Amino acid sequence: MGFLKRFFGSRASVQQLPAGTVTVDRHGHIVASTVSSTYPPSLLRDIGADVLALFREARAAQMPLAEISLQFGSLHITARELRGGAIIFLLPQTALLPTPTPSRP
Amino acid sequence: MSRFSAKKLFAGGNGDCLRIDKGAKTPDFRRRYVIRRGRLPMDKAHKILILDDDNDWLELSREMLAALPSRPEILTANTGKRALALLESEPVRLLICDLKMPRIDGLQILSIVRRRYPELRTVVLSSLEDEEFRSRAYALGVDLFWIKIEMQRNSKLFIECLESLLGRDDETGFRGIQSKSLMDIIQMECLSRSSTVLRITRGPLIAKLWIQDGELIDAEAEGVRGEVAFRRVLSWKSGTFENLPAEPGRERTILKPVNALLLETAQDMDENAMPATPEAVEDAAHRKTVWKLAQLTRAGAEFVIAIPAEGAGEPEALGTQVVTPLVQWTRHAAAIAYRLGERLEAGPLLQAGGQNLERQVLVLSLNERLYLVGWPADAGENLLEKSRKLIASWDS
Repeated sequence: MGFLKRFFGSRASVQQLPAGTVTVDRHGHIVASTVSSTYPPSLLRDIGADVLALFREARAAQMPLAEISLQFGSLHITARELRGGAIIFLLPQTALLPTPTPSRP
Repeated sequence: MSRFSAKKLFAGGNGDCLRIDKGAKTPDFRRRYVIRRGRLPMDKAHKILILDDDNDWLELSREMLAALPSRPEILTANTGKRALALLESEPVRLLICDLKMPRIDGLQILSIVRRRYPELRTVVLSSLEDEEFRSRAYALGVDLFWIKIEMQRNSKLFIECLESLLGRDDETGFRGIQSKSLMDIIQMECLSRSSTVLRITRGPLIAKLWIQDGELIDAEAEGVRGEVAFRRVLSWKSGTFENLPAEPGRERTILKPVNALLLETAQDMDENAMPATPEAVEDAAHRKTVWKLAQLTRAGAEFVIAIPAEGAGEPEALGTQVVTPLVQWTRHAAAIAYRLGERLEAGPLLQAGGQNLERQVLVLSLNERLYLVGWPADAGENLLEKSRKLIASWDS
């Protein structure tokens, strides 16, 4: 597995979206992650750093937040503050995801 | 059978003769107008790209679309990667995209093309009969959403819709009849002595005008009725409209003739646009602030801050004294979110927000301005929709 990639490399022009949960400490280091190991760790660190920056600056603006959500066209990011760090939920919004069926009385 | 069968001929602003059909009922175009245009010369033929993982379907679609009156060039791709490569190399006018595909699905492709090629017309053609997907696709800015089976049953109307999309130019005005203002549309309905309900949509704002036997009898917009609502609707600069069946039993709240109302409203708009004296300017600004505060209170929001781009004016805040730190946070939060979206290739930023025990905040972008809207923690659901309405009514 991956033998050919060693020689030819991976050149996907469109990267997959991350799916899973990432926990970062107050310094932005990844403590735990359920995101696929094929997803670039540098991008996960970027997500962690950006989320911590949002929490930090909200505190500085006298509006401390316990939860932040960023909704993109095809990805939903929700982050909860954890004693200076954060737990970040990454949920791709794709057509293949099961959609909730409204309950009937 | 269609409820509307009448066909009308109108002269367009550029002298072209447009035939406008009040179309048959379909899931998407329902009773919107469809405009047919003439055929383009062969050297200016538009290119249509069809993306679907089913090769048989691609072949079928190619044959069907090749028969379009404007004779477009049809390109096909069976993977998202191939479609993106074609879009990069060819000036495609219209993308017809399936939703359910392996590796990269249609919504991902649509979010990418919306960002990279904002001028590209997009149509979703899917077998997924799910309102969730339909609303997600429309949220991504697609022009049409069709179910495959509906397309096969009603292929003539589908072709007409595509032809209309291929011919449509980027102009302001109400979609359906180009170069016509809402005043023109109302006058046309009244002059033809028709009975209908005009449903007008401007972003999240929805208004209705009831016309009975050529007379305007009622209007409803932004929580108000009657003449006030009618004046509010006429101040909208753009939007879409559709004809709904008439409601003969509707209570009459507007007694003035429509022409008198149109004249008065046009005069008011002119006066507001060019106040004569400094006192009039101050008075207009004061009235505007009071009106905005009333909107804020009625919606139940705590505060709203409208933030223009840096150097493009001062932020406008209502309901909070802590303006500068919140403006800085909002600008920085939006910059971080946009940058993150670009790096992750996650599509356009639809909304950003946060919450604590006391309140919830939403960051939205509209007309090159950022808005930070604060709501109490117990403000309930649909805050995004409520915030959009609040902002849209401010902006209008």
